[in-house]
Amino acid sequence: MTGMKILIVDDEPNILMSLEFLMKKEGHKVFIARDGAEAFDIIEANIPDIVLLDIMMPRVDGYQVCEFIKKHDAYKHAKVVFMSAKSKEADMAKGLELGASLYVPKPFSTRDLMAKVNGLIRDISEAAA
Amino acid sequence: MNSFWLIFWSISYLLVLFFVANWAEQRSAKGRSLVSNSYVYALSLAVYCTAWTFYGSVGRAAESGVDFIAVFIGPTITMPLWWVIFRKIIRICQVQRITNIADFVSARYGKSQALGVIATILCVVGTIPYISIQLKAISSGFGILTTANDAGNSLWLDKAFYISIVLTIFTILFGARKLDANERHEGMVAAIAFESLFKLFAFLAVGVFVTFIVFDGFDDIVQKASKLVDLQRIFTIKEEKTSDWFWYCLLASLAIMFLPRQFQVTVVENVNENHLRKALWIFPLYLLVINIFVVPIALGGKILLGTAVKADQFVLSIPLHFNEKALAFVAYLGGFAASTSMIIVECTALTVMLTNNLVMPWLVSRTDFQRRFGGDMGQVVITLRRLFIVLLMAGSYLYYKNVSDKYSLVSVGMVSFAAVAQFAPVVLGGIFWKRGSLAGAVGGLLVGGGVWFYTLIIPSMVSAGYMSSDMLSKGPWGMDLLRPESLLGVTGLDNISHGTFWSLLLNLLFYVGGSLLSQPTALEHNQAVLFVDVFKYSKTYESAVAWKGKALVTDIKSLLTIFFGKSHTEETLQLYAKQNKLDLNTRYADSQVVNYAEKMLGGAIGAASARILVSSVAKEEQISVEEVIDILKTSQELKTVNEELTRKSEELEQLTQQLKQANELLQIADIQKDDFLSTVTHEIRTPLTSIRALSEIVHDNPDMEEDQRSHFVNTITKESERLTRLINQVLALERFETGKQELDIDEFLMEDIVEESLEALDQLAKEKNIKIDVAYEGIYGPIRADRDRLIQVIINLVSNAIKFCPADTGKIQINTLQTEASLSFSISDNGQGIDNKYQELIFEKFYQTRDQSVRKPKGSGLGLAICKKIIELHQGTIKVESELGKGSVFTCEIPLGKN
Repeated sequence: MTGMKILIVDDEPNILMSLEFLMKKEGHKVFIARDGAEAFDIIEANIPDIVLLDIMMPRVDGYQVCEFIKKHDAYKHAKVVFMSAKSKEADMAKGLELGASLYVPKPFSTRDLMAKVNGLIRDISEAAA
Repeated sequence: MNSFWLIFWSISYLLVLFFVANWAEQRSAKGRSLVSNSYVYALSLAVYCTAWTFYGSVGRAAESGVDFIAVFIGPTITMPLWWVIFRKIIRICQVQRITNIADFVSARYGKSQALGVIATILCVVGTIPYISIQLKAISSGFGILTTANDAGNSLWLDKAFYISIVLTIFTILFGARKLDANERHEGMVAAIAFESLFKLFAFLAVGVFVTFIVFDGFDDIVQKASKLVDLQRIFTIKEEKTSDWFWYCLLASLAIMFLPRQFQVTVVENVNENHLRKALWIFPLYLLVINIFVVPIALGGKILLGTAVKADQFVLSIPLHFNEKALAFVAYLGGFAASTSMIIVECTALTVMLTNNLVMPWLVSRTDFQRRFGGDMGQVVITLRRLFIVLLMAGSYLYYKNVSDKYSLVSVGMVSFAAVAQFAPVVLGGIFWKRGSLAGAVGGLLVGGGVWFYTLIIPSMVSAGYMSSDMLSKGPWGMDLLRPESLLGVTGLDNISHGTFWSLLLNLLFYVGGSLLSQPTALEHNQAVLFVDVFKYSKTYESAVAWKGKALVTDIKSLLTIFFGKSHTEETLQLYAKQNKLDLNTRYADSQVVNYAEKMLGGAIGAASARILVSSVAKEEQISVEEVIDILKTSQELKTVNEELTRKSEELEQLTQQLKQANELLQIADIQKDDFLSTVTHEIRTPLTSIRALSEIVHDNPDMEEDQRSHFVNTITKESERLTRLINQVLALERFETGKQELDIDEFLMEDIVEESLEALDQLAKEKNIKIDVAYEGIYGPIRADRDRLIQVIINLVSNAIKFCPADTGKIQINTLQTEASLSFSISDNGQGIDNKYQELIFEKFYQTRDQSVRKPKGSGLGLAICKKIIELHQGTIKVESELGKGSVFTCEIPLGKN
């Protein structure tokens, strides 16, 4: 259950800060990116297992990052969790259509988010077993 | 000149004319009418100037001085009245599809067949001599140029005979090619306008030649002429001739209105009533120009040629005298143009008259006519017209051969003028006087025509040798008072004035008397009102015609089909029914449809014939004058109601349009509001997310390091402040936008508020080690504005500048310039600058979050929008100048009124 590679992408430094704290506490290896473009580099270099992804970001948005992940065989196993202040049904549907595993509307409870992430980690380990 | 070449060129000229006509018709078919032009219209009116003008004016001037000018002065003086008279006649003819003057008279007085016949006969008898003098002019012109002797009496050697044949063919080509419901000939009009230009050119060419080449200007001619004794005598205007002047002027001004060819070009061929306006001055101008050289040519001819040559021929003889063959040839063609234009239009007009008013009423009233002529009456009408053209030309030729040689061009012309002048009472009375009746019209025309014949034709028959001269000297059966040239012993007038005076006087007496003594029928009254008040009824004509009866729709259709063919009939009727919301699929036709059908037929075969035809297929009921008055009243009311309805529906249309626009604006506002809301929501959720996450972490991790904990708690506080700021700004903006936020105007020094703002930002600037300089320029003194709001603007702009400036090397310059009229202040920085394409957009609210392409320091996205609102509330402007990488300058300017 520990030792996952987790990428957090958000343009809000305070959100990055809190999520990084939480994930590190759980013992995961954490990467952070402040926008989609930075995320591409990290994905290519480190191939994360889980990506926590904001949608509205400068330059490259979260949808594009998700598409990028799901398009490449090398990374497409990564579980994508969208986190967004966009809370309309259409936005959620679009996120899930692109292959994301979860859609968490902002503001979220960290306890809830952690439970969901742990659920994903369980899936990953069951699939590996 | 060789007569073969002269014939060749004459026919070539006619072919050119035909080409012009064809071209005009093709253009008109393509919808680019050449004739729908006031200049062409005005030139076509110049068909008035015939060979009589071209040759005869000079002749008349040489024989009896400036008399000739009366026939041009008359029309010129009375022309302004045309705006009243012809606008009305044109409208009437257009509304009722009247195609000639006989039809006009017949339609006005109860669609009377008899009146149509009388009018037609008067026109034909009156104008055949006139046509014949055109033949004479062409033929003698031809003779002068070829210097051939007149070929005597052998028909086969007579050039006038061949000229007549050629002209007959061309007249048929121009005027009787197709049957049309409105009888307009665009090609013919174009050709006539061309001829008018050509004859003017030719006459001016001869005039210039005589005046400036042969002689040394007008003065020279007059000086040389004054030495000739008889010219002195001629050019002295004698007092006893002044009344003749009056009669000639009157005669000409009436003739130019009622001559069949003039009626054709002025009324029938008119495309647009407004063309009349320009024609009213262009046409008199044309008359003036074509007459400038008449006297010089006449005098020059007398000086050069004396009495050896007839003055009628000076226009050709003078160039020939100097062996200027080309000029003589041009002059000949000019005269040819003058004659042919007259012949073509006159014959066209007369044949329409003869067919529609003489033959058709008789033909269609025969019970077997439909059976006999079957389906294609159109062809019958055309054939009749062609036949009549042949007959008219033959008549004119015979008249020329046997009678016209005995008179000068001018006197034959004046006799014709006197004949058509007889239309004056019935036509003018007809359009201005509702009481004018059929009885009066018949009486007036018959008596006027009779007196005309008696006083002007009988004398010519005497001098032609058809009657004993006793008739003139002693009167009929020795009755002295009835002598044709001095009725009731009137003397002192020349024969034309005398005949005009008596015929018009008696005509008028009988017209007025007959009208007052007789009782008009319902139809007469109906038509009288529709004529006199044409402008009132022109839009509702069909419903203003009183008609009661039953006519099968199929009968009406088959009647129209006989003349116009099946498809044209169907199309026209469907269109009319659609426009007037009538039903054609009923058994019996609506009275409007019947009236429309009668009008269509009237256009093709004349009002009287159309009346006969329609009554032959319908069971008609007698209608009383009272009913006519009722129907007229109803149609007027209908018109008012219609106008009211149209106005109402237009208003409604406008309202709908406005509503639609308002709705669109609302929708846009709605979308904007939605956008705004979702942006605000997003902006609120972002700090909320951090606050919630961080506070949960702090709560769930009691064992975290103290440093981290305090950092987290600090962040929670900052994010809460951010949230508060955002909410305040949203509310402020909302107050500005809805106008709830008013300015709190105060008096203060600009220097004070700048210092105060900088104090508030001191900490922020120091953190990034940014230098801020201030310079004040202009006058020193208090300004009136909203102090707190201006501070808000300055703080906002300066804190933005601090945000975008690089740490340590950042520099900010504040400049203020205060004058009596305005205050401007600018904040410049050396930060990253703003791309050109965003410089307008940054003042929009939440622009920052909408455009995601550039990474930039976070703000609420509302600061600049609020600044803009504040400056705008001060009636001022805010703008930015910036270059990427070099920095930005924000400048605000507000007027300093006495508010």
